[in-house]
Amino acid sequence: MDLATFLIQCLNALQYGLLLFLVASGLTLIFGIMGVINLAHGSFYMIGAYMAYALAPIVGSTFGGGFFATLAVGLVLSVVFGYLLEWVFYSYLYEREHLQQVLMTYGLILVFEEARSLLVGDDVHGVPVPPALSGAIALSDVQQYPVYRLFISGVCLLLALGMYLVFTRTRLGMTIRAGATNREMVQSLGIDISFLYRVVFAAGVAIAVLAGMIASPVSSVYPGMGQSVLIICFVVVVIGGIGSIRGALLAALLIGFVDTFGKVLLPQAAGVLVYVLMALILLWKPDGLFKAG
Amino acid sequence: MFDGIDRSKLFFVAAVFIALALYPSVGGKYGTDLVTKIMILAIFALSLELLVGGTGLVCFGHAAFFGIGAYIAVKLSPEADAASLFWLLPASVLAAALYALAVGSLSLRTKGVYFIMVTLAFAQMAYYVVHDTPLGGGTDGIYLNVKPSVFGPIDLDKPLVFYALTLFWLVAVFGLLAVLARSRFGRALAGIRVNEQRMRATGFSTYPYKLAAFTVSGGIAGLAGFLFAVKDGFVNPELLSWHQSGAVLIMIILGGIGHLRGALIGAFAYTLLQEFFKSEAIFGAFAKHWHLGLGLTIIVSVALLPKGLVGLPAVLKTRLSGSGTRRAEEGAANG
Repeated sequence: MDLATFLIQCLNALQYGLLLFLVASGLTLIFGIMGVINLAHGSFYMIGAYMAYALAPIVGSTFGGGFFATLAVGLVLSVVFGYLLEWVFYSYLYEREHLQQVLMTYGLILVFEEARSLLVGDDVHGVPVPPALSGAIALSDVQQYPVYRLFISGVCLLLALGMYLVFTRTRLGMTIRAGATNREMVQSLGIDISFLYRVVFAAGVAIAVLAGMIASPVSSVYPGMGQSVLIICFVVVVIGGIGSIRGALLAALLIGFVDTFGKVLLPQAAGVLVYVLMALILLWKPDGLFKAG
Repeated sequence: MFDGIDRSKLFFVAAVFIALALYPSVGGKYGTDLVTKIMILAIFALSLELLVGGTGLVCFGHAAFFGIGAYIAVKLSPEADAASLFWLLPASVLAAALYALAVGSLSLRTKGVYFIMVTLAFAQMAYYVVHDTPLGGGTDGIYLNVKPSVFGPIDLDKPLVFYALTLFWLVAVFGLLAVLARSRFGRALAGIRVNEQRMRATGFSTYPYKLAAFTVSGGIAGLAGFLFAVKDGFVNPELLSWHQSGAVLIMIILGGIGHLRGALIGAFAYTLLQEFFKSEAIFGAFAKHWHLGLGLTIIVSVALLPKGLVGLPAVLKTRLSGSGTRRAEEGAANG
């Protein structure tokens, strides 16, 4: 492996890992703060990718905009969608047992997949890379790296930074952290915790939808894409330690690198490497790398 | 699971088994085949119920034991000859139990959601071994050429004979688990489920109990896998996939955790709902979208039946009498 190939694989690993982090961060937030095991989280990623495909012509004809206008419209829709979803389906799950939540969100996966099949169909689609980002950077005489992938990494990094600042530097972040520690106490101090949860949930949905939308030009859009990402995201959440954003970032990057380089160096065992990694880490640290607290 | 001997429950279970024994005389070829499949899934669900409902350990990799039982049955059978059921079945069960012993001894170090994910990891490892190495025959799976022999005129190729064998094992496993639940061992498991810390404080070393439960459960799942492989004469890696682990977990939650008959009801309800929504006679072209009906039914059942289908009679009773003390009665009926 020469230097340019190595560099390309590193950038790919970084991009994959950061994308995983985006989806997993919503999962770990909803899990760590509200205590809900949300199996339907992968579906939000799938919904995002399909939105990028299906909304583009509609947005194009009404606003005349391209990829970024679609992104903006999709984000607004997803926040509304997440807000309503929490209200109708999730708000009464908090006091239920975890396994009831598993059952309910499993039902939601089935409904989302079929709704997608009814509305858009079961075909595999491609989403074109926006023209402004379709260039490539030359790394050596023959090898080059697409700008769009760098754009994905950039967006993910910005969002990660934004999340960190909101959580550690703002009043909203403080109340959310307090709510995660003791729901009743925060409620008795006069904070509307159900509204807070609804906002966190909507944000988690929006981030997953955004991840799906920006990933769609490189990953293509296909049925079942939500479920494969869901399992990997659970792996990320658990390796990182439930509820820990920092842990999720580290775990996502770790998995990004192990998976990408595994596929290059040990193609026959690529699928299993991630799980071996998770088993080893959990046997060494049974609560994940960073326990939330 | 740990309800004392209760007349109505005993009556319900006995009625189910008698109905199952009589079913082939009314059900046609298709029906008998379907019910055989459901009974195998019910054995699989019962094995998981021992862990989830009995011990409070949620295993998300149970398909691995099921799949190993199935694969061992096929791999150990001679190419063109029948293997004897009397050693092939124990071999499958033993292999699954041994893998469960190994997985359990490591994964029981973790708790809660971490345990769920470690069991998933080990199941995925088994999946990839079967899927990607020459051992398992790849994505296409392998065929079982000759079904195992029993003795004399008993021929497992005949659907009715195989139905009887499956029903026998279903009753045996149900009986075993019911006895186990009322034994000292079962009481200890229940104690671990309710409060492991306190169990340790009273002098129980909880780890061996949990490991024993995990191993027994894996062995029973292997038995179900064995029956599944012999029924269809075919195995493929999907038997070990996490979808399979998820489906069996959904079955027992749907039926009602904490009751053996919940696993039984769940296996039937889940498979029959699938068949119902897939039926083109009822839904026509829409049957293609059967997931939608199944998903909505599951969501409604979570909303209305917090205790699963097992809790249905209690909910109906309070709805009909219209009292405001629903919660208390539900607790009393299921406690």
